[in-house]
Amino acid sequence: MLPEVSEAVAIEHGMTSEEYGRLTEGLGRTPTITELGIVSVMWSEHCSYKSSRLHLKKLPTTGERILVGPGENAGIVDIGGGWAAAFKIESHNHPSYIEPFQGAATGVGGILRDIFTMGARPIAVLDALRFGPPDDPLHGPRNRRIIQGVVEGIAHYGNCIGVPTIGGECVFAPCFSANPLVNVFALGVFRKDAIFLGLAKGVGNPVIYVGAKTGKDGIKGASMASEEFSEDSEAKRPNVQVGDPFLEKLLLEACLEAMRTGAILGIQDMGAAGLTCSTAEMGGRGGVGIEIDLDLVPQREEGMTPYEIMLSESQERMLLVAERGREHEVLEVFRKWGLDAVEIGSVTSDRMLRVRHQGDVVAELDTVFLSEDAPLYDRPCSTPRRTAPLAGPSLPERTGRQIKADLQRLLCSPDLSSKRWIWEQYDHQVRTNTTAGPGSDAAVVRIKEAGVSLAMSLDGNSRYCGLDPRLGAQLIVAECCRNLSTVGAKPIATTNNLNFGNPERPEIMAQLVESVEGMAAACRHFGAPVTGGNVSLYNETLGEGVDPSPVVGIVGILDHTRRPPGPCFNRAGDCVFLLGGLLPGARDDLECRFGSSQFAVSILGQSWGLPPVVDLAYESAVHEAVREIVRRGLARSSHDVGTGGLAVALAECCFGDPLVGAEITLETEVPGVVALFHEAPSRVLLSVPRERAGEVEAVARASGIAAPRIGHTGGRHLAIRVDGGLGFQASVERLHAMWDSSFESSLDVQ
Amino acid sequence: MKFGVVIFPGSNCDHDALYALSCNLGHEAIEIWHESEELGGADAVFLPGGFSYGDYLRCGALARFSPVIRPLRRFASNGGLVIGVCNGFQILCEAGLLDGALLRNRDLRFICRTVEIVPGTRASAFTSHCPSERPLRIPIAHGEGCYFANESVLDRLEKEDRIAFRYSGANPNGSARGIAGVLSEGRNVLGMMPHPERACDEAVGSTDGIAVFRSMAAAFAKSQVVPDAA
Repeated sequence: MLPEVSEAVAIEHGMTSEEYGRLTEGLGRTPTITELGIVSVMWSEHCSYKSSRLHLKKLPTTGERILVGPGENAGIVDIGGGWAAAFKIESHNHPSYIEPFQGAATGVGGILRDIFTMGARPIAVLDALRFGPPDDPLHGPRNRRIIQGVVEGIAHYGNCIGVPTIGGECVFAPCFSANPLVNVFALGVFRKDAIFLGLAKGVGNPVIYVGAKTGKDGIKGASMASEEFSEDSEAKRPNVQVGDPFLEKLLLEACLEAMRTGAILGIQDMGAAGLTCSTAEMGGRGGVGIEIDLDLVPQREEGMTPYEIMLSESQERMLLVAERGREHEVLEVFRKWGLDAVEIGSVTSDRMLRVRHQGDVVAELDTVFLSEDAPLYDRPCSTPRRTAPLAGPSLPERTGRQIKADLQRLLCSPDLSSKRWIWEQYDHQVRTNTTAGPGSDAAVVRIKEAGVSLAMSLDGNSRYCGLDPRLGAQLIVAECCRNLSTVGAKPIATTNNLNFGNPERPEIMAQLVESVEGMAAACRHFGAPVTGGNVSLYNETLGEGVDPSPVVGIVGILDHTRRPPGPCFNRAGDCVFLLGGLLPGARDDLECRFGSSQFAVSILGQSWGLPPVVDLAYESAVHEAVREIVRRGLARSSHDVGTGGLAVALAECCFGDPLVGAEITLETEVPGVVALFHEAPSRVLLSVPRERAGEVEAVARASGIAAPRIGHTGGRHLAIRVDGGLGFQASVERLHAMWDSSFESSLDVQ
Repeated sequence: MKFGVVIFPGSNCDHDALYALSCNLGHEAIEIWHESEELGGADAVFLPGGFSYGDYLRCGALARFSPVIRPLRRFASNGGLVIGVCNGFQILCEAGLLDGALLRNRDLRFICRTVEIVPGTRASAFTSHCPSERPLRIPIAHGEGCYFANESVLDRLEKEDRIAFRYSGANPNGSARGIAGVLSEGRNVLGMMPHPERACDEAVGSTDGIAVFRSMAAAFAKSQVVPDAA
């Protein structure tokens, strides 16, 4: 017996009474339960972006290389030679908390479908992960379980389907203990004249369902992802889908082959809200209607209701519209790959999504009313919630010996220690195109067909954004572009994942708005427009939300397919340059800015103040200089100075294979602890053969940036001296051993 | 020389093998679909890595029933050169063309890293051109690469000089006696967990894998006798 629909039932579905009023008014009648289900997911935060849409419009979205911008399954950029790249990032935060392995695995599966549904072959995956600390006194055991489950889930799906996972980032903070963030980025390549869009067209054309059968898994997953969690969130485990990477591999090959027949007019994956979202969006984009008969949908179990079939989020399914009369060509390909492919309906002229079940029409809704006309909120905004006070302690005096101990502690902290334990579980080499993989500042894959390489980097910094979301967002875009520049790549386009808490709280909404505005300014400045992405709100459990965590993924281009320089010193006797200078920017409030550093958090146990200042013009001058230096082959290594500051970056430069030490002298009047651990942006460490040093200095001069020569490589120690006074010397082998093993040890605690 | 690369549903190193054999090494390389009843006139057959049929049961346990295994058996019994890498090695063990089995890695985790291996013998069609002065640096990428066989089989493999490769540094996966690759009794079938096809191009890190294919080409040239490719 189907339940009676009322406002109370709508509220149970996560709708507000205003939204229910809007629905009944739009329909002119009471909706059926199936219609209510459809509308509740289409109007959920996850599918409709109702809280963020207004602000996302502030992002730059056009540029000479942009072929497809926001609104499609993925953004597409022109990479030259007739080739294009499709890429996007998506979150699977809520499912990964409830069921880490499957939650993360299906996150990979979902983003890969977004890429190949456009006709591109996926060639790279990266992931940005946020967890509670593995050594948290209270939540450590659960955090470790989530970390292990998520990493295994990503590995399982990516390794099996044969797409390399080539990079990403992973950081830790207590606010992520009950709200882990799993953001997965994927990129694919294809001919730019073979782009497929997710729209229905041609009245009378068949609507074809392909892939896995529909089951009861993942029902209402999209609504779940639009809610806060409470204590009974465990009970939501059945809302998490189960992934089958083998099936997706077949689906990938079959879809790409079927597209080559020329008989497919539009195609979209069934991700969030499954059949509901794919039919409504394809109809909405095409300005047409779609009529489907649920009796024809392949089903995994008997007796599923129309409500369940429409809202199931069973994985590895696609919906496509073929040319009438040529559908057999498409069906034939899927048969070859052993996949279900069934005509379940057709395109109509009346803009209605009409769903039949056992002879009855169980839903009849206007596709534009469902998608474009979804509610849009200008939610109230106040001042962003600060995650730490403005004022902090005065900086401690440090001896050389203490600084050496500080550096060791930083290198062993979960945030900065080697993540080899994670990335060794990912096949980062399959497809034999990875010319810079995990451990590099930016990952690089060569695109042999086009004679170019693409560089990718994911960056975020919740600590900076918690202190100033606008500046924080600018800093992460700057860092991401800097990472690309270290391998010689020029940024071309951005995808973003906006992870925040509950947008109905004005101080959280303010974090979102200021982050978006900061990001918009920086993306515009660096010439990397945003082609799409994902918004994940309501990352809150028991009222505890995440720190504001926007993540950007930026793609850069190189005009060759060779291996770029790595981040590590690789020869003794090379000169070490600090491109950008020791502390670019204003120096009057160094103590306040120091409060956002990793040193403040990991060594002093608190954060305060503001993120470092960034001068965007100076920053891009540094990027241009480093790209020129790398292009001319002047640098043997090139590494961004990021989290942890200069001392940590120098240590990382020593951790190549084989290990190479360095002797460094810094001439400065600022205290040693600031010189070594401040996180000023716009800096890159280079190792350069002595005979090319003059050329590096000339490039820096021409770009108008500082480029002090701070020492040379060689020996078995990292020796650092600040202004003739404070100094220390540490065995590189010892530092490396600690850095390399501490993350894995922190997971082994029982 | 003409290599045939078998594609099972779920193979994912097939394109890497085709690229390395043709573009890096200049051989002819053709695709052989797993439902094929013949080998397309290939002079040697390559079984690539991946997750054939998803490997949800035991790695390679379903692939051994593929139609292509029939002509492959004939080809091998006539002395044709067969190399199985990673999932290909697992399939050859499941099909009974090689001794032993591949278990889950000692640490129960998938591992992708470059390792060092040394040939256990140079008297084979796959190792004759391997350098003797240094180990080969070749990547591994597997979750189930821990080679296992009972003691008497291991003793026999050693006695018959059929250990093709051993890990020379740390044993990454717990394989018995550090074994990374083994030969068939006829010495014309090789299974190995490391991926030589991933180490044929300086741009992606190493060219040490070339030695394996160069050995095969030399052996083939010497043999002159083209086995029945059915």
